[in-house]
Parts: sequence; C-alpha cells; structure tokens
Amino acid sequence: MNGSWTKSLAWLVTLSTSYLFAQESVTVVSFGGSYAKACIEGYHKAFEAETGIKINLEDYNGELAQLRAQVEAGAVTWDVVDAEGPQLVLACDEGLLEPIDMLNLPPSPDGVPAEDDYPPGTLTECGVGGLYYATIVAYHPEVFPASEPSKIEDFFDIDSFPGRRAVHRNPQAVLEIALMGDGVDPSDVYDALRSEAGVQRAFASLARIKDQIVWWEAGAQPPQMLADREVSMAIAWNGRIFNAQMLEDQPFKIMWDGRVVDTGSLVIVADAPNLANARKFVEFASRAESQAGVASHIAYAPVRYSGFNLVGNHAVTGKPMKPHLPTNPDHGGRSLTFDVEFWVDNRDELVERFTSWLSR
Amino acid sequence: MNPRPWRALQGAIGIFTACGFLFLIGPLFVIVPLSFNAEPYFTFRMEMLVLEPDAFSMRWYQTLLEDEEWHRALFNSFFIGICATIIATTLGTLAAVALNQPRFPGRRTVMALLISPMVTPIVIVGVSVFFFYSTPWIGLSQTYLGLILSHAMLGAPFVVITVTATLAGFNQTLMHAAASLGANAWTRFRRIQLPLISPGVITGALFAFATSFDEVVVVLFMGGLEQRTLPRQMWSGIREEINPTILAVATLLIIFAVLVLFTVEWLRSRTARQLQPN
Amino acid sequence: MVRLNASWLALPLIGFVVVTLVVPIFSLAKLSVYDATVADALPKTTAALRSWTGPELPDANTYAVVAAELIELQENRELGRVASRVNRIASGMRSTISKTPRRFRRSEEERADLALIAIDEKWGKPQIWYAFKQATQAFSSRNFLQAIDMRIAPDGSIERAPEYQRVYVSLFLRTLLVAVAVTLLCLIIGYPMAYAMANSSPLWTRFLLVLVLIPFWTSLLVRTTSWIVLLQQQGVINDILVFVGLIPDDERLTLVHNMTGTLIAMTQVLLPFMILPLYSVMATIPRNLSLAASSLGANPFQSFIRVYLPNSLPGVAAGGLLVFILSIGYYITPALVGGSQGQLISNLIAYHLQSSLNWGLAAALSVLLLLGVFVLYVIYDRLIGIDRMKLG
Repeated sequence: MNGSWTKSLAWLVTLSTSYLFAQESVTVVSFGGSYAKACIEGYHKAFEAETGIKINLEDYNGELAQLRAQVEAGAVTWDVVDAEGPQLVLACDEGLLEPIDMLNLPPSPDGVPAEDDYPPGTLTECGVGGLYYATIVAYHPEVFPASEPSKIEDFFDIDSFPGRRAVHRNPQAVLEIALMGDGVDPSDVYDALRSEAGVQRAFASLARIKDQIVWWEAGAQPPQMLADREVSMAIAWNGRIFNAQMLEDQPFKIMWDGRVVDTGSLVIVADAPNLANARKFVEFASRAESQAGVASHIAYAPVRYSGFNLVGNHAVTGKPMKPHLPTNPDHGGRSLTFDVEFWVDNRDELVERFTSWLSR
Repeated sequence: MNPRPWRALQGAIGIFTACGFLFLIGPLFVIVPLSFNAEPYFTFRMEMLVLEPDAFSMRWYQTLLEDEEWHRALFNSFFIGICATIIATTLGTLAAVALNQPRFPGRRTVMALLISPMVTPIVIVGVSVFFFYSTPWIGLSQTYLGLILSHAMLGAPFVVITVTATLAGFNQTLMHAAASLGANAWTRFRRIQLPLISPGVITGALFAFATSFDEVVVVLFMGGLEQRTLPRQMWSGIREEINPTILAVATLLIIFAVLVLFTVEWLRSRTARQLQPN
Repeated sequence: MVRLNASWLALPLIGFVVVTLVVPIFSLAKLSVYDATVADALPKTTAALRSWTGPELPDANTYAVVAAELIELQENRELGRVASRVNRIASGMRSTISKTPRRFRRSEEERADLALIAIDEKWGKPQIWYAFKQATQAFSSRNFLQAIDMRIAPDGSIERAPEYQRVYVSLFLRTLLVAVAVTLLCLIIGYPMAYAMANSSPLWTRFLLVLVLIPFWTSLLVRTTSWIVLLQQQGVINDILVFVGLIPDDERLTLVHNMTGTLIAMTQVLLPFMILPLYSVMATIPRNLSLAASSLGANPFQSFIRVYLPNSLPGVAAGGLLVFILSIGYYITPALVGGSQGQLISNLIAYHLQSSLNWGLAAALSVLLLLGVFVLYVIYDRLIGIDRMKLG
C-alpha cells in the first residue's frame, strides 16, 4: 500500500467519524445561501458561544416530505426547521411539529413580555415568527430612462413600460400581485380569491402579460435575469434584490407598492432527538437581538417590535438597514399580508389550476 | 448514371454526421474553460477569449477544496457507490453464472425481472422506495443503508448484462474437465470461471459504480441531509446558487468519466484477446 | 457426465430485486387506492355516514357524532390530519373543520346540526357531506380519477373535472409527445453516426466509439449544466449568433427554460442509448452487402432502402424503445432546463411527493406512468428479447 492511498484512507476515516459522532448539538434545517450566512453571523455564533451547543446547519428548499417521512418512520434527525407559509401549517396539521406553548420566549430588552412584543398572527400553534420578507417588484432603472415604474399596475402595463417580466412559477403571492395590479384593494384581495370570479380575474390579469413572462423557480434567478437585462422588471424576494444592490453594486430598484409580506418562522420537530437543545435554540433565536442580528446582514425584518428598533447598519457596507426592510412604514404604497390560512385551504387546487393555465 | 448527385448527398450526410458527433461531445468541453473563470458567472468574456491570464483563476477549485459540504458529498458519493457496487457485483455475477446454465428454467422471464430496474422510470423507483422505506417497520428512508440498497438494485442489471456477455464466449468443457479431475464447484468457479470472466465482472462493477455515482433522483427523494452526494449537491447548486463551483466539479467529473472509460476499454480488449482461440 | 447445475445462484439477486423494487412498487400501488386516515380517526362518523346517501342532509344525530369526534381529535392534536385529507376533496374544508370543535364547545345551540351550520354554512351543504363521506372511505379510486382529470360527482357518478382544473391528461400527452420527439430526433441524428462507426477503418471506429462513450459515462448533471451554459441568453450559442451577426444583441433567442431547451438537452443526453444498440447491430451487417447490391445495378439509395435499412431494423427498434422508455420517465433534465412549458408528468409527481404531501395522488400518477412503461417493456421483450441488450 503506498503513501497516498493510506493518506486518502485516513482522510476518509476522519471524515466519516466526524460525521458519525457529534457531541452536544442541535440540527437546524434552513434555507441556504446568503440567508444562512446571515443567520450564522447574526446569532448562531453567539448561541454556540453562550451555550456550548454546536449547531449543525443544513439547508433545504422548504419542502417537508423528508420531515414527514422521518416522523412517520420514527427516525427523526432534524431538530429545528426554518419554515414558511402553508408548509408550516400543513406540517403542524400532520402532527409533525411540537406545539410552541412549552417554550419560554424571552421578553424584549426593556422588559415587554414576549406575547405583547409579537404582532398578531406571528406566534402560531407550531411556529415562532422570526422575520418578515416580502415578494416585491424590482426593476432595472437604466431600462426606463424616461419615467420609472412606480405603482404595481405598471408591472402589467407593457405599452408604457416595455420589456419582459420575470415571475415566480408558483401561484402563491403571484395571484395576489396580479389582482392588485388589476386595481383590487389589498384588503379585498383574499375575499376576491375565495370567489370564482376573483380567481378568474387574477388569471386574466396575468394573461395580459403572459407572452412577456419569463418564469423563474429559484430565488437566485430574478436578480440574475435583471442583471443580464433578460427582463426589465421582476417579481422577486426583497432579500435577493438587496444582496444584488449591496454586495454586487447592481443599480436595481425595488418598487415597494403592491408588496406581499410573509413571515418566516422557526419550528421544532415532533420527537426531535435533541429536544432540550432545540428549545434553547428557538428561545435564543427569538431574542430581539438575534432577530436584529440577522437583519444587519440581510434585508429581512425582525418580527418583534423591539427587534425592529434595534436594527442598525449593514455589517459589510455600513449602510443603514432600515430603509431596506419590508416592514418599514416609510415605504408607503400598498402592502398585503400573505394569508397563510387561505393558501393552506386552496393551494392544491390553485396549483393545479395554475399549471393547467400555464400549459394552455 | 451520373454519380455526382450521390457524391453531394454523401458529403451532406457526412457533414450532418460530423455535426452529430459535435453535438454529442461539444457541450462537455464548453464547461472546462469556464470552470477557470475569474468572475462568478457562467458566461465567456472577451478577456478569456484572448487568453488574458487575469481572466482565469483557480478560485472555484479553491472553494471546492475548502467547502465542507462538497467534501461530505464526495465522501458520500464514494462510500455509497462502493458499497452499492460490491452488492450489485456479487449478486449480479452469481445470477449471470446461473443464467448461463444451459437448462435454466424460465430464463427469459427471470432476465426480464433482473433487468427491470434499468427500464423502470427513475422517478417511479424514487417514489416507491421513498414510500416503502418510510414505513415505520422499515425505517430506511434517509439512511445510508436505504440508499446503498437502492443503488445496488439499480446497478445490478449492468453487471448481469456484462457478465452474461462474457460468459457467452466461455467454454463449458473447461468446467467439465475440471470436475472430472475432482475439483469441487467452488474451486471450479474460483480457479477457472472467475479469472476468465473477471474483465466482464470489472466492467459490470464500473457500470454499477457509475450508475450510483451519477444517480440523483433517488437521493433527492429518499436521501437525508447527511447522505447528500455529488450530483445531489450539484442539483441544489444549479437551482439555488448559481456559480462556477459547479463547473469545477463538472470538470473533475468529466476527467473521472474519461478515466473510467479507458479502464473499461482496456478491460474489453483484454477479454477479446483472452477469448480468442489459441 | 457431471451435473453442473448452479441455477440457484440466481436466487439472491431475484430476491434482492423483489424486495428492493417489486415490493416497493406494490406498496406504491396500495398507497394510491388506500388511505384510512379519516376512517381510523373518525370511526363513528364513518359508520354513521355509511348509511347516508343524500340528497337531503344527514340527520341531527350524525351531526352530533361528527361534532363529538372532531372535539376528541382536537384534544389529541389529530384534527389537522383529517382536515387536510378532506381538504383534498373539497378545497376550503380544512379551515371549516379546524375551527369547528373550538366554536362548537362555546356554542349554546341545543341541536348539533343547527350549531354546526351556524359555525360554517358549509355544514349545511349536501355536496360538502358527499365530500366528507368520500374522505371516510379508505379504499377509493379518487386518486386515479384525479390523475385522469375526472372526479366523483355528488350523486356518485363519475364526471370530468372543470376545464380550468384539467392538468394531468394534457401532461401525460405532452410527456408522450416529448418522448416521441426525442426518440425521433435521436434516431435521425444517431443513425448516420452509428453507420459511420460501423463502416470506418478499425482505428476510426475506436475513436468514434470513444466520442460516444465519453458523454455516456459523464454525469447527467454535468451534461445538463453544460446545456444551461450553452443555451442561456448570455450563453455561448447566443454569443456566437450575435458575434457573426445572425441576430442583433437585443433579440437574443430564448433557448433554455422552455420546450426547446428540454428537447435539445434530452436528445443529447439520450443519444448514446440510441447509437450503441444501432452500432452493435450495424457492426454485424457484412460490408460487402451493399456492394453486392450495387453490382446488381441498384443505385445507392435503392441499395440502402432495400438492403441496409432492413438489416439494421433490429437496432432501430432496440434503440428506439430504450430511448422512448427512458425519456418517458425523465425528471432531472426537464426540471432544470424545462421552465414552464418543458415540465413533464414526473415533475408533477415530484411536486405532490415533496411539496403538497398528497402522496396518494403522487402514487396514482406513478402507477399510471408505470403501466405505460410496462406495456412497452413487454413489447420490447417480445420483439427483441431483453437478454440481447448490449452495453458499450
């Protein structure tokens, strides 16, 4: 056996042992990329330093089939999951998650108890709200030298604002934006979508620009398409556009009018192998300082009132973060809060309908 | 008859054929230079075309070298691949030896069953093993064992096919001769049959390994986070965060593929020589 | 004569394939028709609804049973499972069921039926009760019906789903069309390539074989990635077209994330599976056969059609069926380069498996796809014989 062979064998053994035997730890499953980096810098390191519990951070794409398989097979390996929207409620319904009432959520820095520091609807049966993010319309200002788009209707106005549009290939938030772009008031959007006429109106609104739409699937795509000038406007997630603006100096602008604001939450898996550590982790993550820590790396707003006030400057560029947060009241324009309940009820039907509409 | 139009037609077909080969192989070689791109994009820039040294860099290979997730993916790919290959090769070789028996009952049906993993749509394999292994009394979903078994199942048909092909040229009288000299079944297999069919076995094993090494759908559906393999990691790379690290991996995988190919070819030429009557 | 029977050596692999593939496929089939979640969770409701056939509403007693069982479920935190199952049959029922137990306990109404209808008027609609009754039936064909865009009407008959809801039949058809198109493309491109391989000097044959085998051995993900690099708007093909002036810079072609991309990438990925069987057949056709035909006065076209083509047909059949079967179950390439038009049935199966968690429907779609492939597999076996398959 020669030297390099033994060396690589030793390397394999080290690798395998380091994966097989972990010490006091908690497995956190979250969305990867720049969001994960923001969480690591924002509070994971502080958590590890304070508690000595090692965080195994894994990334996934928001789909909970693996979790369901783990719980049903009785072989759970995940502890904490960063989940959003209908997936969270669905998993809670299926009994895959621990209820959060056994958590002892910390009060705000100036002593406001947790239940008064969270906006209504952000603490649910199984989820602790962590941050707000928004589905917004972003555009490349150089494409519109004369007059820039300013209201959500402009996204659907190809004549005045020519160019192709990037749209998420998913009815969630897209149908809402389609209705607002057709002049429906945010407060009436979900009532409209509960009726057949409203759903038809949403699809009719999208149909007006259908031949100009480039569909995207991964959040990394819309900034790329804007940068390549493949599209002139894009429905995108505000954090991704923010990163392109801040870190890659892209001149993109966000049109805050017609935004759809959704909550990302932390959940604890039923029968989590490290249940005690998972609780400690979620309690730590729900501190106002932790939430503000994430918001100093990526433009996702703390859910807690006290967290929003703590937000300062961007950790890399030193620019103030508040103007970039989706919940900043200074944005003006129309804002819609994503209705999770509506989507849990109607998602399957609307996805089928959306798929059917796409193929026509 | 005037042969000229036929010449022209022949020439056109020749060009078409050449384009076919270009279409097949060309795309692979586009990846290689782009993996040395100094910029985080998938596109060629003018500087690269005029071979400016600044436009090229090893940074994506550097990333690959430092990123723990890619290390783990590499480990998983080899670990799962090697284990699956051992199972597939052992079972597949035994089955091929059996199928080579002149009086094997229901040969055609058995062969159809053994080859079926190769033609079952991979998405159905993925879905059914995911559901089956997730049932509580099995619990193999998101385990190494579950993936190894599935990959062994997918790889076994290749071993059966290649070993059967080698055995077709195998002279049964050698076995009879050995038996008449008192060698028992195991000795006959080990001393006579195995050495002769070993190139076929190794080719089959390589096919089985490549199958596992390239497989992504079953890993996608059934593999947990700990079991991510190289193709699985590339899959998320393409979908979530697009940068040339993927191209660096791709380049390494192309080199790997070429190495495997030449091994297979070398083995085949050896078999061909061995099977020639002296 | 010494008996040399080693037939039993095949048993381990037979057993292995049965356990790791055949049994899982049967359990998949079971999942597509059997889901006892609601029946197990609501035994009394299930029994009460068994005798109810409509069209008038169930009696007050049934309402009381339903309310009592839903309350019990909520206390055990099992309500959500039931609610999501019923929701798959009647969209919107999830929230109705979720809020019912809590409000029912607070309700002062004596009669259970009036109380439930007061909580949500849906409880007063017979079609909701039909949906509820369907959900309590553990064995059901509804997943298969949904997979072919049909549904069970309130009166128990089978009807087509409303037009805007029809997806799966057209996706199956599209999958079929793509498979046919890819097979034909592979045949048109691959046939002359295999011919060239079979009719060159030995050295050239080796070289061309290597050219076919390198992509064959290269990871599918690598090849799909390379197509993204080539076909995207700022990609190599568009760059070249702009550079030579065929298209202006602001009108770059959309070659990827649509059907074009899917067809191009799938054809290239599957081409070796066409060429290799073709080549293995053509290599056995004597080269002097065409020569003999021309010496008898046939022109090259006639000699090809009458002599060479018939002899190569087994290879065409083998390669064609192999490519067709493989492309019908394709998942990775369409998912990465397909965009919205390029989605195939496998992509929807994956959606129901991973995202909507509607595993019954995912299973039903898979079973339908599998049946199609199974028929082809049997034809293949009858025509060519599966044991004659050759690799590289």
